[in-house]
Amino acid sequence: MRDGATLKFAGKEFRSRLIVGTGKYPDYPTMQKALEASGAEIVTVAVRRVNLDRTQESLLDYIDLKRYTLLPNTAGCYTAEEAVKYARLAREVGMSEMVKLEVIGDQRTLFPDNEELLRATRILVKEGFVVLPYTNDDPIMAKKLQDAGAAVVMPLGAPIGSGLGIRNPHNIMIILQTVQVPVIVDAGVGTASDAAIAMELGCDGVLMNTAIAGAKHPVMMAEAMRKAVEAGRSAYLAGRIPKKSYATASTTMEGMIE
Amino acid sequence: MEIRLNGKAREVAEGMTVRRLLEELGLHPMRVAVQRNLDIVKRERYEEVVLQPDDTIEVLTFMAGG
Repeated sequence: MRDGATLKFAGKEFRSRLIVGTGKYPDYPTMQKALEASGAEIVTVAVRRVNLDRTQESLLDYIDLKRYTLLPNTAGCYTAEEAVKYARLAREVGMSEMVKLEVIGDQRTLFPDNEELLRATRILVKEGFVVLPYTNDDPIMAKKLQDAGAAVVMPLGAPIGSGLGIRNPHNIMIILQTVQVPVIVDAGVGTASDAAIAMELGCDGVLMNTAIAGAKHPVMMAEAMRKAVEAGRSAYLAGRIPKKSYATASTTMEGMIE
Repeated sequence: MEIRLNGKAREVAEGMTVRRLLEELGLHPMRVAVQRNLDIVKRERYEEVVLQPDDTIEVLTFMAGG
């Protein structure tokens, strides 16, 4: 049973089990309010060329670094070498060892290239990084990543940005039974119930971006996601009833008139 | 002399250091990473690394992402 009161990995501890991205918001003030409403303590960022046009605002002006832990990603990387390079650049910017490791295998699905992902994980772990790899929902791969030293494993629920929800809850469950490190569902969440399902399965956390940023009302959706993650977590800890095919009366027959 | 900065040609003074380049660009050195000809320049070396003609410099930072 994964019954810890907090999300723990690599000697760090977080009360919130919801990790949110900073991409695709209509504007930074909306993002800032959504982050606040989500209750997240970890937010993901990308590493990109600075804007040399100084009239544009900077993302970091809208993120309170005393409050949020930044989790840089390696989005857009297609080889282990490229991902490793971006992780090193991220460490240089952020002075943090944490990296959300993405090595993409295909542009259309954005599915991970697991071979390259595993290779990059091994290199970065050796360099002292705290590696959070985005992987597919394959228990064998999850185990390999754990054995390679990943701090957590982050299986997808569905393709990035698809909003299709947790397509294979059974695999997620097997992953939970296979690895000891925290399991964080990353990608695929579309709405609050998807996040709740991930948490009801026993996942240690959920990471999402598009589901909040792309909603008609991002701030309201961020709040819904916070509640869903909390509700799902409570339901998991409370222990759900087993599923049965037939009815069981909630009301006794005793005391009915003849 | 000319360098390439984030994919574009740029004229900079002879003897320009990474630190002075960041100053000129108005960038906070604690918020960026600098790559020079494919090698990362560590922050503690910004002062001493002198740019050469045709150097390819990339200055990166955290941007929105998922």
